[in-house]
Amino acid sequence: MSSQRARTSILDKPLSRGKGEVSLSCFALLFSEVVQYSQSRVYTVPELQNRLHELGMDVGSRLIDLYFVREQNSKRETKLINMLLFVKTTLWKCLFGKEAEKLEHANDDDRTYYIIEKEPLVNKFISVPKDKGSLNCATFTAGLVEAVLTNCGFPCKVTAHWHKGTTYMVKFDDFVTNRDKQLGEK
Amino acid sequence: MARQSSRLESKKVNSELLTLTYGALVSQMLRDFENLEEVNKQLERIGYNMGVRLIEDFLSRTNSGRCLDMRETADKIQQAFKMYLNVQPTISNWAAATDEFSLIFDVNPLTEFVELPADVSNLRYSGILCGCIRGALEMVQLEVQCQFVQDQLKGDASTEIRVKFIRRLQDATPAGVLIITSFVDVHLLISRSVLLCLTLLANTYAAIIAQI
Repeated sequence: MSSQRARTSILDKPLSRGKGEVSLSCFALLFSEVVQYSQSRVYTVPELQNRLHELGMDVGSRLIDLYFVREQNSKRETKLINMLLFVKTTLWKCLFGKEAEKLEHANDDDRTYYIIEKEPLVNKFISVPKDKGSLNCATFTAGLVEAVLTNCGFPCKVTAHWHKGTTYMVKFDDFVTNRDKQLGEK
Repeated sequence: MARQSSRLESKKVNSELLTLTYGALVSQMLRDFENLEEVNKQLERIGYNMGVRLIEDFLSRTNSGRCLDMRETADKIQQAFKMYLNVQPTISNWAAATDEFSLIFDVNPLTEFVELPADVSNLRYSGILCGCIRGALEMVQLEVQCQFVQDQLKGDASTEIRVKFIRRLQDATPAGVLIITSFVDVHLLISRSVLLCLTLLANTYAAIIAQI
Protein backbone atom coordinates (compact mmCIF):
# COMPACT_ATOMS: atom_id res chain seq x y z
CA MET A 1 0.00 0.00 0.00
CA SER A 2 1.32 3.44 -0.78
CA SER A 3 1.56 5.22 2.51
CA GLN A 4 2.75 8.38 0.78
CA ARG A 5 -0.70 9.45 -0.33
CA ALA A 6 -1.83 12.72 1.14
CA ARG A 7 -4.05 12.18 4.13
CA THR A 8 -6.37 14.62 5.71
CA SER A 9 -5.44 14.95 9.30
CA ILE A 10 -8.10 14.28 11.87
CA LEU A 11 -7.81 17.91 12.96
CA ASP A 12 -8.71 19.16 9.51
CA LYS A 13 -12.12 17.63 9.74
CA PRO A 14 -14.89 19.49 11.50
CA LEU A 15 -15.90 18.16 14.88
CA SER A 16 -18.99 16.01 14.60
CA ARG A 17 -22.02 17.10 16.56
CA GLY A 18 -22.08 13.83 18.41
CA LYS A 19 -25.60 12.94 17.51
CA GLY A 20 -24.64 9.65 15.92
CA GLU A 21 -26.34 6.61 17.33
CA VAL A 22 -25.71 2.92 17.12
CA SER A 23 -27.75 0.00 18.29
CA LEU A 24 -27.57 -0.94 21.94
CA SER A 25 -27.21 -4.63 21.02
CA CYS A 26 -24.09 -3.76 19.14
CA PHE A 27 -22.53 -1.93 22.07
CA ALA A 28 -23.64 -4.57 24.56
CA LEU A 29 -22.01 -7.33 22.52
CA LEU A 30 -18.84 -5.31 22.08
CA PHE A 31 -18.67 -4.63 25.80
CA SER A 32 -19.24 -8.29 26.52
CA GLU A 33 -16.30 -9.11 24.25
CA VAL A 34 -14.22 -6.47 26.03
CA VAL A 35 -14.97 -8.15 29.35
CA GLN A 36 -14.25 -11.62 27.99
CA TYR A 37 -11.03 -10.50 26.41
CA SER A 38 -9.89 -8.82 29.63
CA GLN A 39 -10.83 -11.91 31.56
CA SER A 40 -8.77 -14.11 29.29
CA ARG A 41 -5.66 -12.13 30.23
CA VAL A 42 -5.99 -12.30 34.01
CA TYR A 43 -6.69 -14.77 36.82
CA THR A 44 -8.59 -12.92 39.54
CA VAL A 45 -11.58 -10.64 39.86
CA PRO A 46 -9.59 -7.62 41.15
CA GLU A 47 -7.20 -7.94 38.23
CA LEU A 48 -10.11 -8.05 35.83
CA GLN A 49 -11.62 -4.96 37.44
CA ASN A 50 -8.28 -3.20 37.14
CA ARG A 51 -8.16 -3.90 33.46
CA LEU A 52 -11.70 -2.64 32.92
CA HIS A 53 -10.85 0.39 34.99
CA GLU A 54 -7.86 1.14 32.79
CA LEU A 55 -9.90 0.78 29.64
CA GLY A 56 -12.44 3.18 31.10
CA MET A 57 -9.69 5.68 31.85
CA ASP A 58 -8.55 5.47 28.26
CA VAL A 59 -12.05 6.41 27.13
CA GLY A 60 -12.54 9.10 29.79
CA SER A 61 -9.37 10.96 29.02
CA ARG A 62 -10.49 11.34 25.41
CA LEU A 63 -13.92 12.59 26.30
CA ILE A 64 -12.83 15.65 28.27
CA ASP A 65 -11.88 17.98 25.46
CA LEU A 66 -14.61 16.65 23.25
CA TYR A 67 -17.38 17.45 25.70
CA PHE A 68 -16.01 20.69 27.05
CA VAL A 69 -15.61 22.06 23.55
CA ARG A 70 -18.95 20.81 22.37
CA GLU A 71 -21.18 21.26 25.39
CA GLN A 72 -19.56 23.90 27.56
CA ASN A 73 -18.27 26.36 25.03
CA SER A 74 -14.68 25.34 25.75
CA LYS A 75 -14.91 26.49 29.34
CA ARG A 76 -13.51 24.19 31.99
CA GLU A 77 -14.92 24.06 35.50
CA THR A 78 -12.85 25.21 38.48
CA LYS A 79 -15.32 24.60 41.30
CA LEU A 80 -15.56 21.10 42.65
CA ILE A 81 -19.33 21.00 42.84
CA ASN A 82 -19.77 22.34 39.33
CA MET A 83 -17.35 19.76 38.06
CA LEU A 84 -19.27 16.98 39.75
CA LEU A 85 -22.53 18.30 38.36
CA PHE A 86 -20.96 18.36 34.92
CA VAL A 87 -20.15 14.67 35.32
CA LYS A 88 -23.56 13.80 36.68
CA THR A 89 -25.57 15.67 34.06
CA THR A 90 -23.71 16.55 30.88
CA LEU A 91 -21.27 13.67 30.72
CA TRP A 92 -23.84 11.07 31.67
CA LYS A 93 -26.44 12.45 29.35
CA CYS A 94 -24.15 12.59 26.35
CA LEU A 95 -22.72 9.15 26.94
CA PHE A 96 -25.61 7.13 28.27
CA GLY A 97 -28.60 9.18 27.18
CA LYS A 98 -29.77 10.02 30.70
CA GLU A 99 -28.47 11.73 33.81
CA ALA A 100 -27.10 9.73 36.71
CA GLU A 101 -29.81 9.30 39.33
CA LYS A 102 -28.15 10.89 42.31
CA LEU A 103 -25.11 12.78 43.49
CA GLU A 104 -24.52 12.61 47.22
CA HIS A 105 -21.94 13.93 49.63
CA ALA A 106 -20.75 11.55 52.35
CA ASN A 107 -21.78 12.66 55.85
CA ASP A 108 -18.63 11.63 57.61
CA ASP A 109 -16.00 12.58 55.06
CA ASP A 110 -16.06 15.75 53.02
CA ARG A 111 -13.63 14.30 50.47
CA THR A 112 -16.04 11.59 49.43
CA TYR A 113 -18.93 11.87 47.00
CA TYR A 114 -21.24 9.23 45.60
CA ILE A 115 -22.73 9.08 42.15
CA ILE A 116 -25.61 6.64 42.11
CA GLU A 117 -27.02 4.94 39.07
CA LYS A 118 -29.77 2.40 39.30
CA GLU A 119 -29.10 0.52 36.14
CA PRO A 120 -25.82 1.28 34.43
CA LEU A 121 -25.91 0.72 30.70
CA VAL A 122 -22.82 -1.44 30.79
CA ASN A 123 -24.33 -3.81 33.36
CA LYS A 124 -27.67 -4.18 31.68
CA PHE A 125 -26.92 -7.43 29.90
CA ILE A 126 -24.31 -8.82 32.23
CA SER A 127 -25.16 -11.49 34.73
CA VAL A 128 -22.42 -11.97 37.26
CA PRO A 129 -21.52 -15.59 37.95
CA LYS A 130 -21.95 -16.71 41.57
CA ASP A 131 -18.26 -17.33 42.13
CA LYS A 132 -17.45 -13.79 41.04
CA GLY A 133 -20.04 -12.04 43.19
CA SER A 134 -18.01 -8.93 43.80
CA LEU A 135 -17.39 -8.26 40.14
CA ASN A 136 -19.01 -5.10 38.88
CA CYS A 137 -18.32 -4.34 35.26
CA ALA A 138 -19.27 -0.73 35.91
CA THR A 139 -15.67 -0.30 37.06
CA PHE A 140 -15.29 0.58 33.41
CA THR A 141 -17.47 3.64 33.99
CA ALA A 142 -15.67 4.30 37.28
CA GLY A 143 -12.38 4.46 35.39
CA LEU A 144 -13.97 6.76 32.88
CA VAL A 145 -15.15 9.17 35.58
CA GLU A 146 -11.81 8.99 37.37
CA ALA A 147 -9.96 9.97 34.22
CA VAL A 148 -12.32 12.87 33.54
CA LEU A 149 -12.09 14.28 37.07
CA THR A 150 -8.37 13.69 37.51
CA ASN A 151 -7.39 15.15 34.18
CA CYS A 152 -9.53 18.20 34.87
CA GLY A 153 -7.43 18.96 37.93
CA PHE A 154 -9.48 17.15 40.56
CA PRO A 155 -7.35 14.10 41.33
CA CYS A 156 -9.41 11.31 42.83
CA LYS A 157 -9.99 7.61 43.01
CA VAL A 158 -13.31 6.27 41.75
CA THR A 159 -14.57 2.81 42.55
CA ALA A 160 -17.81 1.03 41.68
CA HIS A 161 -19.90 -0.79 44.29
CA TRP A 162 -23.12 -2.75 44.38
CA HIS A 163 -25.30 -0.45 46.39
CA LYS A 164 -28.71 0.93 45.34
CA GLY A 165 -27.90 -0.37 41.90
CA THR A 166 -24.39 0.79 41.30
CA THR A 167 -22.73 3.47 43.36
CA TYR A 168 -19.56 5.14 42.23
CA MET A 169 -17.51 6.28 45.19
CA VAL A 170 -15.44 9.33 44.33
CA LYS A 171 -12.68 10.04 46.80
CA PHE A 172 -10.74 13.22 46.16
CA ASP A 173 -7.20 13.98 47.21
CA ASP A 174 -6.93 16.22 50.28
CA PHE A 175 -5.79 19.32 48.51
CA VAL A 176 -8.78 19.29 46.18
CA THR A 177 -11.27 19.98 48.95
CA ASN A 178 -8.90 22.42 50.67
CA ARG A 179 -8.42 24.37 47.46
CA ASP A 180 -12.14 24.40 46.91
CA LYS A 181 -12.70 25.90 50.37
CA GLN A 182 -10.14 28.62 49.68
CA LEU A 183 -11.86 29.40 46.41
CA GLY A 184 -15.12 29.68 48.28
CA GLU A 185 -13.73 32.17 50.80
CA LYS A 186 -12.61 34.65 48.18
CA MET B 1 -49.40 -2.92 16.69
CA ALA B 2 -47.63 -0.69 19.17
CA ARG B 3 -46.13 -3.70 20.82
CA GLN B 4 -44.87 -4.96 17.53
CA SER B 5 -43.06 -1.76 16.70
CA SER B 6 -41.50 -1.39 20.13
CA ARG B 7 -40.04 -4.84 19.73
CA LEU B 8 -38.64 -4.05 16.32
CA GLU B 9 -37.16 -0.70 17.23
CA SER B 10 -33.92 -1.35 18.94
CA LYS B 11 -32.62 0.90 21.67
CA LYS B 12 -29.84 3.25 20.74
CA VAL B 13 -26.66 4.44 22.36
CA ASN B 14 -24.30 7.23 21.53
CA SER B 15 -21.97 6.12 18.77
CA GLU B 16 -19.00 7.83 20.41
CA LEU B 17 -19.26 5.49 23.36
CA LEU B 18 -18.89 2.57 20.98
CA THR B 19 -16.09 4.24 19.01
CA LEU B 20 -14.05 5.07 22.07
CA THR B 21 -14.62 1.76 23.82
CA TYR B 22 -13.51 -0.04 20.71
CA GLY B 23 -10.50 2.25 20.43
CA ALA B 24 -9.55 1.53 24.03
CA LEU B 25 -9.81 -2.18 23.33
CA VAL B 26 -7.63 -2.00 20.23
CA SER B 27 -4.94 0.05 21.92
CA GLN B 28 -4.98 -2.33 24.88
CA MET B 29 -4.48 -5.22 22.48
CA LEU B 30 -1.59 -3.46 20.83
CA ARG B 31 0.03 -3.24 24.26
CA ASP B 32 -0.79 -6.87 25.07
CA PHE B 33 0.52 -8.46 21.90
CA GLU B 34 3.79 -7.63 20.27
CA ASN B 35 2.70 -9.05 16.99
CA LEU B 36 0.37 -7.03 14.77
CA GLU B 37 -0.88 -10.13 13.01
CA GLU B 38 -1.99 -11.50 16.36
CA VAL B 39 -3.98 -8.33 17.02
CA ASN B 40 -5.59 -8.60 13.60
CA LYS B 41 -6.53 -12.18 14.34
CA GLN B 42 -7.99 -11.35 17.74
CA LEU B 43 -10.06 -8.47 16.34
CA GLU B 44 -11.46 -10.70 13.65
CA ARG B 45 -12.31 -13.32 16.24
CA ILE B 46 -14.05 -10.80 18.46
CA GLY B 47 -16.10 -9.72 15.47
CA TYR B 48 -16.89 -13.33 14.69
CA ASN B 49 -18.17 -13.89 18.23
CA MET B 50 -20.35 -10.81 17.96
CA GLY B 51 -21.68 -11.79 14.55
CA VAL B 52 -22.64 -15.23 15.79
CA ARG B 53 -24.90 -13.59 18.34
CA LEU B 54 -26.00 -10.56 16.36
CA ILE B 55 -27.65 -12.68 13.69
CA GLU B 56 -30.22 -13.88 16.25
CA ASP B 57 -31.01 -10.32 17.11
CA PHE B 58 -31.27 -9.41 13.45
CA LEU B 59 -33.55 -12.29 12.54
CA SER B 60 -35.86 -11.67 15.45
CA ARG B 61 -36.18 -7.98 14.71
CA THR B 62 -36.61 -8.17 10.96
CA ASN B 63 -38.53 -11.41 10.48
CA SER B 64 -36.28 -12.10 7.54
CA GLY B 65 -36.81 -15.22 5.53
CA ARG B 66 -34.22 -17.31 3.81
CA CYS B 67 -32.12 -15.60 1.14
CA LEU B 68 -32.15 -17.36 -2.18
CA ASP B 69 -29.11 -15.73 -3.74
CA MET B 70 -26.16 -13.56 -2.80
CA ARG B 71 -27.92 -10.40 -3.95
CA GLU B 72 -30.54 -10.88 -1.27
CA THR B 73 -27.85 -11.65 1.27
CA ALA B 74 -26.05 -8.47 0.33
CA ASP B 75 -29.23 -6.47 0.86
CA LYS B 76 -29.66 -8.00 4.29
CA ILE B 77 -26.11 -7.16 5.23
CA GLN B 78 -26.70 -3.61 4.12
CA GLN B 79 -29.86 -3.48 6.21
CA ALA B 80 -27.98 -4.86 9.21
CA PHE B 81 -25.33 -2.17 8.96
CA LYS B 82 -28.06 0.45 8.89
CA MET B 83 -29.69 -1.12 11.92
CA TYR B 84 -26.65 -1.66 14.07
CA LEU B 85 -24.11 0.97 13.10
CA ASN B 86 -26.44 3.47 11.46
CA VAL B 87 -24.40 3.61 8.28
CA GLN B 88 -25.52 2.54 4.86
CA PRO B 89 -22.81 0.94 2.77
CA THR B 90 -23.28 0.82 -0.98
CA ILE B 91 -23.22 -2.56 -2.61
CA SER B 92 -21.26 -2.70 -5.82
CA ASN B 93 -18.51 -4.34 -7.86
CA TRP B 94 -20.35 -7.60 -8.33
CA ALA B 95 -18.26 -10.36 -9.79
CA ALA B 96 -19.63 -11.87 -13.00
CA ALA B 97 -20.67 -15.03 -11.19
CA THR B 98 -22.51 -12.94 -8.55
CA ASP B 99 -20.62 -14.73 -5.82
CA GLU B 100 -18.54 -11.76 -4.76
CA PHE B 101 -19.38 -8.15 -3.99
CA SER B 102 -18.11 -5.08 -2.21
CA LEU B 103 -19.56 -3.03 0.59
CA ILE B 104 -18.40 0.54 0.28
CA PHE B 105 -18.56 2.87 3.24
CA ASP B 106 -18.34 6.65 3.04
CA VAL B 107 -18.06 6.86 6.78
CA ASN B 108 -17.06 4.28 9.30
CA PRO B 109 -18.27 5.02 12.83
CA LEU B 110 -15.53 2.85 14.32
CA THR B 111 -12.80 5.09 13.02
CA GLU B 112 -14.25 8.46 13.89
CA PHE B 113 -11.44 9.69 16.12
CA VAL B 114 -8.79 7.40 14.78
CA GLU B 115 -5.47 7.99 13.11
CA LEU B 116 -3.13 5.10 12.51
CA PRO B 117 0.47 5.76 13.52
CA ALA B 118 2.99 4.84 10.83
CA ASP B 119 4.40 1.89 12.77
CA VAL B 120 1.09 0.05 12.88
CA SER B 121 0.12 0.64 9.30
CA ASN B 122 -0.52 -3.08 8.88
CA LEU B 123 -3.18 -3.10 11.55
CA ARG B 124 -6.63 -3.93 10.24
CA TYR B 125 -8.30 -1.57 12.65
CA SER B 126 -11.87 -2.32 11.68
CA GLY B 127 -11.26 -6.03 11.24
CA ILE B 128 -14.10 -6.60 13.66
CA LEU B 129 -16.55 -5.74 10.87
CA CYS B 130 -15.27 -8.57 8.67
CA GLY B 131 -15.49 -10.94 11.60
CA CYS B 132 -19.07 -9.89 12.27
CA ILE B 133 -20.14 -10.56 8.69
CA ARG B 134 -18.39 -13.91 8.63
CA GLY B 135 -19.81 -14.98 11.99
CA ALA B 136 -23.34 -13.92 11.21
CA LEU B 137 -23.41 -15.60 7.80
CA GLU B 138 -21.92 -18.78 9.15
CA MET B 139 -24.92 -19.10 11.43
CA VAL B 140 -27.17 -19.10 8.38
CA GLN B 141 -25.07 -21.74 6.67
CA LEU B 142 -23.04 -19.51 4.42
CA GLU B 143 -19.31 -19.62 4.47
CA VAL B 144 -17.82 -16.41 3.15
CA GLN B 145 -14.46 -14.79 2.91
CA CYS B 146 -14.38 -11.22 3.99
CA GLN B 147 -11.59 -8.70 3.82
CA PHE B 148 -10.71 -5.04 3.49
CA VAL B 149 -9.51 -3.93 0.10
CA GLN B 150 -9.58 -0.21 0.82
CA ASP B 151 -9.51 1.67 4.07
CA GLN B 152 -9.87 5.37 4.70
CA LEU B 153 -7.55 4.98 7.65
CA LYS B 154 -4.81 4.04 5.26
CA GLY B 155 -5.44 7.01 3.01
CA ASP B 156 -7.85 5.44 0.54
CA ALA B 157 -10.81 7.40 -0.74
CA SER B 158 -13.36 5.09 0.80
CA THR B 159 -13.57 1.98 2.91
CA GLU B 160 -14.33 -1.17 1.00
CA ILE B 161 -15.03 -4.64 2.32
CA ARG B 162 -15.00 -7.48 -0.17
CA VAL B 163 -17.30 -10.39 0.59
CA LYS B 164 -16.80 -13.63 -1.31
CA PHE B 165 -19.09 -16.61 -1.20
CA ILE B 166 -17.18 -19.82 -0.54
CA ARG B 167 -19.78 -22.50 -0.03
CA ARG B 168 -23.08 -23.39 1.50
CA LEU B 169 -22.60 -25.26 4.74
CA GLN B 170 -24.75 -28.33 4.43
CA ASP B 171 -24.21 -30.42 7.46
CA ALA B 172 -24.99 -28.23 10.44
CA THR B 173 -23.60 -29.55 13.68
CA PRO B 174 -26.32 -30.90 15.94
CA ALA B 175 -26.46 -29.10 19.27
CA GLY B 176 -25.48 -32.10 21.38
CA VAL B 177 -22.23 -32.60 19.55
CA LEU B 178 -20.95 -29.08 20.11
CA ILE B 179 -19.08 -30.13 23.22
CA ILE B 180 -17.00 -32.66 21.35
CA THR B 181 -16.18 -30.22 18.58
CA SER B 182 -14.97 -27.66 21.04
CA PHE B 183 -12.82 -30.36 22.60
CA VAL B 184 -10.85 -30.94 19.48
CA ASP B 185 -11.01 -27.22 18.86
CA VAL B 186 -12.48 -27.41 15.43
CA HIS B 187 -14.50 -24.33 14.71
CA LEU B 188 -15.96 -25.26 11.42
CA LEU B 189 -18.33 -28.03 10.95
CA ILE B 190 -17.29 -31.61 11.20
CA SER B 191 -19.34 -34.02 9.21
CA ARG B 192 -21.48 -36.39 11.17
CA SER B 193 -19.56 -39.49 10.19
CA VAL B 194 -16.34 -38.10 11.63
CA LEU B 195 -18.16 -37.32 14.82
CA LEU B 196 -19.56 -40.80 14.99
CA CYS B 197 -16.04 -42.19 14.66
CA LEU B 198 -14.91 -39.89 17.43
CA THR B 199 -17.66 -41.01 19.74
CA LEU B 200 -16.93 -44.63 18.91
CA LEU B 201 -13.27 -44.11 19.59
CA ALA B 202 -14.02 -42.44 22.89
CA ASN B 203 -16.30 -45.34 23.82
CA THR B 204 -13.68 -47.94 22.94
CA TYR B 205 -11.16 -46.08 25.01
CA ALA B 206 -13.54 -45.94 27.91
CA ALA B 207 -14.14 -49.68 27.53
CA ILE B 208 -10.43 -50.43 27.47
CA ILE B 209 -9.81 -48.28 30.49
CA ALA B 210 -12.64 -50.02 32.31
CA GLN B 211 -11.07 -53.40 31.55
CA ILE B 212 -7.72 -52.32 32.92
